Amino acid sequence: MNRINKKLQEDKKLLSIYFTAGYPKLNDTVEVIENLEKSGVDFIEIGLPFSDPLADGPTIQASSTAALENGMTSEVLFNQLKDIRKTVSIPLIIMGYFNPMMQYGVEAFCKKCAEIGIDGLIIPDLPVQDYNENYKAIFEKYSIINVFLITPQTSNERIRFIDSISNGFIYMVSSAGVTGAKNSFGNTQETYFERIASMKLKAPQVIGFGISNAETFKMATSKAKGAIIGSAFVNYITDKGIDKIPDFIKSIR
Amino acid sequence: MSYFVDENGYYGQFGGAYIPEMLYPNVEELRKNYLKIMQSASFKKEFDELLKEYVGRPTPLYFAKRLSEKYNTKIYLKREDLCHTGAHKVNNTIGQILMAKRLGKNRIIAETGAGQHGVATATVCALMGLECIVYMGEIDIARQAPNVARMKMLGATVVPALSGSRTLKDATNEAIRDWINNPVDTHYIIGSVVGPHPYPDMVARFQSVISEEIKWQLKAKEGKENPDYVIACVGGGSNAAGAFYHYLDEEEVNLIAVEAAGLGVDSGESAATSVLGNEGVIHGSKTLLMQTKDGQIIEPYSISAGLDYPGVGPLHAHLCESKRAEFLSITDDEAMQAGLELCKLEGIIPAIESSHALAVFKTKKFKEDDVVVLNLSGRGDKDLDTYIKYFKF
Repeated sequence: MNRINKKLQEDKKLLSIYFTAGYPKLNDTVEVIENLEKSGVDFIEIGLPFSDPLADGPTIQASSTAALENGMTSEVLFNQLKDIRKTVSIPLIIMGYFNPMMQYGVEAFCKKCAEIGIDGLIIPDLPVQDYNENYKAIFEKYSIINVFLITPQTSNERIRFIDSISNGFIYMVSSAGVTGAKNSFGNTQETYFERIASMKLKAPQVIGFGISNAETFKMATSKAKGAIIGSAFVNYITDKGIDKIPDFIKSIR
Repeated sequence: MSYFVDENGYYGQFGGAYIPEMLYPNVEELRKNYLKIMQSASFKKEFDELLKEYVGRPTPLYFAKRLSEKYNTKIYLKREDLCHTGAHKVNNTIGQILMAKRLGKNRIIAETGAGQHGVATATVCALMGLECIVYMGEIDIARQAPNVARMKMLGATVVPALSGSRTLKDATNEAIRDWINNPVDTHYIIGSVVGPHPYPDMVARFQSVISEEIKWQLKAKEGKENPDYVIACVGGGSNAAGAFYHYLDEEEVNLIAVEAAGLGVDSGESAATSVLGNEGVIHGSKTLLMQTKDGQIIEPYSISAGLDYPGVGPLHAHLCESKRAEFLSITDDEAMQAGLELCKLEGIIPAIESSHALAVFKTKKFKEDDVVVLNLSGRGDKDLDTYIKYFKF
């Protein structure tokens, strides 16, 4: 069984952290992952930086630009991660835009992920339809889970469809918008979280975008299986450095 | 082979809608409705009236006598430079603002590089009384001050794009982010035949009025609808799409797309996507684009801000791969000289984008009885500064 599915069966609310690979320094990637696991994070999204991250807000744009300037590429990331399974056992997901994966070769990319022990991919700009028709077979061949996004604007019919083809979790985007830390959620989010919870979907939901602190994490996970923190974490390590990662995780739960 | 978009939004292997799920409802709403709306009688009537009374169409198909004599062939200029706002861009913004109104949108966003599309968008928003926000790279804002002032006079808010290289591609990213943040009340007026389906097709259809007019105008002047050649410059490719559109299936008509070589195709400072690019995904579309081996998008260069785009629309990628169109690249120097030549021979100051198309006469030989239509996409007023600096007037 894929590490992601095993983790989703645990009887607890899951905390996931996103960070940009190769940031703040090129060779910080492995240390950040190891620190996160030691701090009790449930799974990790490793951001593969892209020059034009159009679903991301200023924080992740900036960390992506810096990581690219540091010299991060798909090849460099795979090299950094080649022995990661000797020290880390929690689920690892690579999140990135489609073009760098396409240039690497989707099959070569999935094969490399499988060799290293990457469990899943999140590709915001690869449409569901395209995945289904052109890439599903490849992902399945290498047992890589593809995680789909839904948003407050996604119709119920489409959510049902996405649920039917999800074999891991559904990434629930908290509100209409790009990534970025928010301090609190309003009634709109609450209604949306409740609406999705009441649909009794097959795939567990993990909420992302706008989760930044204990309050937003608690609220998100009151209705969903877990929550993902990205921009707030990237801001934190920008200010405090990667040694203080345990303090950040303690402040969330 | 078809050169038109298929039911899934592809031109051959290019096109599609590579968009985050956050944009799916907006793009899907447009995809489901655009053809129905464009084909409705009320839309056609309003669009045609505005093109005639407001834009000043039809634009002349002008026989350039002295230019023809110089190159010993028959050259016609399609005078898109005479459109209101000074370029073909307004054909598309008129169409899209009418589309936005019918979709019930009251807030308009756009991206702009040199500012021509921004001005054309601000213009139609003023005309219709709609809120207008234009994203423009911080660097472009600094080097295109007159167009920034125009947009402000027309009531638009100009927002600097501060990310990445702070030029057109980043302005486009910012506009897309705005649309993600405002999914319900906002319509995004893309300025070229780029972006996710149905944009490339919709914009090409709005611009197709150019070749529709060329056909009947040429019939009146030459006794035939089809020229031997149609020449147009390509950045994203909207004026070329319009000039080629009704000739795509007329294989006897040779299509020439002219890209900006910048300082030279091999100089590292170029925007010649058909030579330097390969298949990839940019701004929601699978097309030819300039990128690193690792799939990071490369910042292009051209003296012409309107050709300074790292990709081409998927239609053009298909025309290039299928060899339906011939792709040529013209350097900054060749373009500037050709622009100045048109001033001296015909009394027309062309936009530097169009000057790239004009430079083809220097590099390619045409027969004496060839009929060549060149789409003069815009006028050069906006480029005076660049011309002055280059020629030291």
